[in-house]
Amino acid sequence: MVAAEALTEAQIWAWLEDVPDPEIPVISVVDLGVVRGVAIDGDTAKITITPTYSGCPAMAIIALDIETALAKRGVEKLEIATKIAPAWTTDWLSDKGRARLEGYGIAPPRPAGGPERCPHCRSADVERVSQFGSTPCKAQWRCRSCLEPFDYFKCI
Amino acid sequence: MVDALFEFLLRQGDNALVLGHRMSEWCGVAPALEEDIALANTALDLIGQTQLWLGYAAEVEDAGRSANDLAFRREVYDFKNLLMLEVPNEDFGRTLMRQFLFDAFQVPWLTALQASSDQRVADIAAKSLKEALCHLDRSQETVVALGDGTQESNARMKDALDFLWPYVGEMFADDAVDQAIAEAGVAPLPSTLREAHRATVKAAFRAAALTLPEGDFAHKGGRTGFRHTEHLGHMLATMQILQRSYPGATW
Ligand SMILES: [Zn+2]
Repeated sequence: MVAAEALTEAQIWAWLEDVPDPEIPVISVVDLGVVRGVAIDGDTAKITITPTYSGCPAMAIIALDIETALAKRGVEKLEIATKIAPAWTTDWLSDKGRARLEGYGIAPPRPAGGPERCPHCRSADVERVSQFGSTPCKAQWRCRSCLEPFDYFKCI
Repeated sequence: MVDALFEFLLRQGDNALVLGHRMSEWCGVAPALEEDIALANTALDLIGQTQLWLGYAAEVEDAGRSANDLAFRREVYDFKNLLMLEVPNEDFGRTLMRQFLFDAFQVPWLTALQASSDQRVADIAAKSLKEALCHLDRSQETVVALGDGTQESNARMKDALDFLWPYVGEMFADDAVDQAIAEAGVAPLPSTLREAHRATVKAAFRAAALTLPEGDFAHKGGRTGFRHTEHLGHMLATMQILQRSYPGATW
């Protein structure tokens, strides 16, 4: 157990790095950029999160996972608030998160509006199948070289 | 002003809710897996936006109602959505044509709302706009692909447009609520967006081998709640049954 007095913001951030995104478990909620703020107020940890898309069904799970992870570390008083402004953007994905996405088979977002290359064989010869993929934040693409389909994390 | 703001927020929320529910009706029965996913994701975005608009509406009303109460416990005539959004999906063509006609309005509308004098409205608009831009990309592309597709798909898109066009005018029909909202700097008058909308749809229809219908007759009464179509009640019967049967039920 950690005494509440010993809590620091840096410590909370570090623990949140271990909380996986429920839909893309290779990246953390911090890598995804949905954790917007951590503050310590007396003996209470206050965390602000933001949804990727306004209808993101994972928000409740993310809040629950954060609560569970911090409770395990001995954080007893926790307040989680959701805010929508400024609106989430893929610019907030960490570099580590982007690299992990590609390793997992999801092409990371690019301002150009499409993937740079196939996350499987690295070929640049790719085509879009559909603007929407398995979740609102992804689109479906296909590689013309290895013929594998893959998810592309849309740039918003 | 509180009354006008509440009314304005209901209109935004009800548009998103009713269209979101209609889109969700495709879940599991769309013509292809990719389309099924796209339609369901569009529905999800719209339901998410509904929570933001109706959540704020509930706060403004300050009568102890929640976003869920507003969505699931109101009667047909309390709904303030555009009539176009409540008519049945019919076929895939009409569904996408309606989405396009709405998206072509929603993008300039939400863009303008980002400069609202009401910060909450501006924030919700900024969040929703990102999604609306994705929706417009897709609905426009699909309208062009189907319009400029086979004889059958072109005929269906033409039917869809002929059916839906008389509902378009309601989007731009200003009333006293719009005037009050515009004077407060919360939103521009909807009528000021007519030309931008016309330009977007005209360009797409040219590429889609479709002709912009003549005439400006408009079915009205949805966004004021004066007269809905017979279809909204049937839709609400499905959408609201759980909260009607077990008021206050939660997961
Ligand atoms: Zn490949």
